[in-house]
Amino acid sequence: MDPKEHAQSAADLATQAQSLADKAADLAQQATSLAVHADAAGGVPFIVTGLTIFVLACFVGYYVVWKVTPALHSPLMAVTNAVSSVIIVGALIATGASESGFSVGLGFLAVILASVNIFGGFLVTQRMLSMYKKKAPAGAAKK
Amino acid sequence: MLIAASLLYLVSAVLFILALRGLSSPETAQAGNRYGMAGMAIAIVTTLVAQETLTGIDLGFGRLALIVGGIAIGGGIGYVIAKRIQMTELPQLVAAFHSLVGLAAVCVAAAAFYSPASYRIGEVGDIHIGSLIEMSLGVAIGAITFTGSLVAFAKLQGLVSGKPLVFPMQHPLNAGLGALLVLLIILLCVSQSQAVFWLIVVVALALGFLLILPIGGADMPVVVSMLNSYSGWAAAGIGFTLQNPLLIITGSLVGASGAILSYIMCKGMNRSIFNVILGGFGGDAAAAGPGGPAIDRSFKAGSADDAAFIMKNAAKVIVVPGYGMAVAQAQHALREMGDLLKKEGVEVKYAIHPVAGRMPGHMNVLLAEANVPYDEVFELDEINRDFGQADVAYVIGANDVTNPAAKTDPTSPIYGMPILDVEKAKTVLFIKRSMGAGYAGVENELFFRPNTMMLLGDAKKMTEEIVKALSGGGH
Repeated sequence: MDPKEHAQSAADLATQAQSLADKAADLAQQATSLAVHADAAGGVPFIVTGLTIFVLACFVGYYVVWKVTPALHSPLMAVTNAVSSVIIVGALIATGASESGFSVGLGFLAVILASVNIFGGFLVTQRMLSMYKKKAPAGAAKK
Repeated sequence: MLIAASLLYLVSAVLFILALRGLSSPETAQAGNRYGMAGMAIAIVTTLVAQETLTGIDLGFGRLALIVGGIAIGGGIGYVIAKRIQMTELPQLVAAFHSLVGLAAVCVAAAAFYSPASYRIGEVGDIHIGSLIEMSLGVAIGAITFTGSLVAFAKLQGLVSGKPLVFPMQHPLNAGLGALLVLLIILLCVSQSQAVFWLIVVVALALGFLLILPIGGADMPVVVSMLNSYSGWAAAGIGFTLQNPLLIITGSLVGASGAILSYIMCKGMNRSIFNVILGGFGGDAAAAGPGGPAIDRSFKAGSADDAAFIMKNAAKVIVVPGYGMAVAQAQHALREMGDLLKKEGVEVKYAIHPVAGRMPGHMNVLLAEANVPYDEVFELDEINRDFGQADVAYVIGANDVTNPAAKTDPTSPIYGMPILDVEKAKTVLFIKRSMGAGYAGVENELFFRPNTMMLLGDAKKMTEEIVKALSGGGH
């Protein structure tokens, strides 16, 4: 009997193992299908979306900047400088939402630096642009 | 809320694009600048209001006060600087501002590294690999921008010599540091170690310093534009880390802008960007300069009275300003001279070479500051043909950009550079402090031509004397 029982239990175990394996395979399949769904539902890694935005923005920048008249290249530099301080968005989050004090400090420093640039950059651009004048109509013979 | 915030970021990105678009003409430029300000205000307010949705963490009162305080401090400093700065100091100001963007990028990246959860990019010690790569790129470019701009600032401000500083093993050293930087970034992704993060910062800081050090003063237009570009790429890199499309868009706009300006500047000197970055130009060129310096060659010197007489009897005068005009602050005297000549019925125009001055468009701003109407100021391509019909070319503080050797002498270091054809004018009045060579170390053939009259002296003083002669002798 003993050997028979052994054989029986071994067979049971085998079927159990078999069903477990089946279940595992099912789970794997479910997992993959879930992952696929997640992707379809906007789970595309951000790097891909970001890269799309990045490349398109480079093109926009390229065409817009070539249109800038050479006489205004200095204001262009000043204003791009001010605009690139949009990095302050990251600094605001660092200051406002960090759990580590060190990060808050760094964020605060970045807020100050970026603000210097924002205010300084836009104002100096303003100052420059206000100096560009056409021939004064009242001045020397215009026509 | 999240959707609203994203849409507002989009609005702000569009406003930034319009700000650049406005610069296509002086008439629309001021409106463009206001769009830019509006875009920035929207970006800041949106971030503050939507912080809880963006990060899952409520913006407490204390933190808000801290932020407002920071903006007030920084804004105050920026305001004062922008109001007080002299227009001739513009290039150094822009360089200094670039360094701030670089440093801010480093700070933001470091803050994200130490508390990644607030940006939803993982946990401390377990930051997503993608974010780590973007973060390290952002921090590296930011750090290079920071020290590079500081060096550019020091050179433009005259704190260190504008001469290129070259030392042996420079290029191998820089290449080594660059390779080390790449290795460290890989190491950071594997180890997530704080020490490696700071090593990246240190190596990038050193690299920025060493990269700009060997570049000479007159190549600064390229450097400043290049750093402009870097500050944009740094912002874009941080945008990837923070998964913020606004930062990516804005960063790439700025990056593209700086890159285009660098290209225009390089083309204006007929040099490749690598040639400029590798540096050392204009240092020892004088010693090896071709043509043999002929100090004792005869030239015709004139006085302010001579110059006033010639110009008063001319029908058409083209003024060619260069960096020397900025140094001497001669733009106001120059405009006065132009006004007096116009009263005498002389047609006065201004010709600007793309690389005149120390930053793109430098001369245009200075002339605008002196109230020269922008429709009297022309670019190289627009005006070069006019020199043939001009009676007088009045060269003030420019040298290499007028040197005919660029067209005729293939051995000259400036050969192939587009130049202003001042030699085609009937008379060339050349204001110069001494008979020395220009930045490129090249003798200017033009000085010794029979139709050139040298006005030796300070650009401002000489122009003022001409003004005096014009107004005194006219009546």
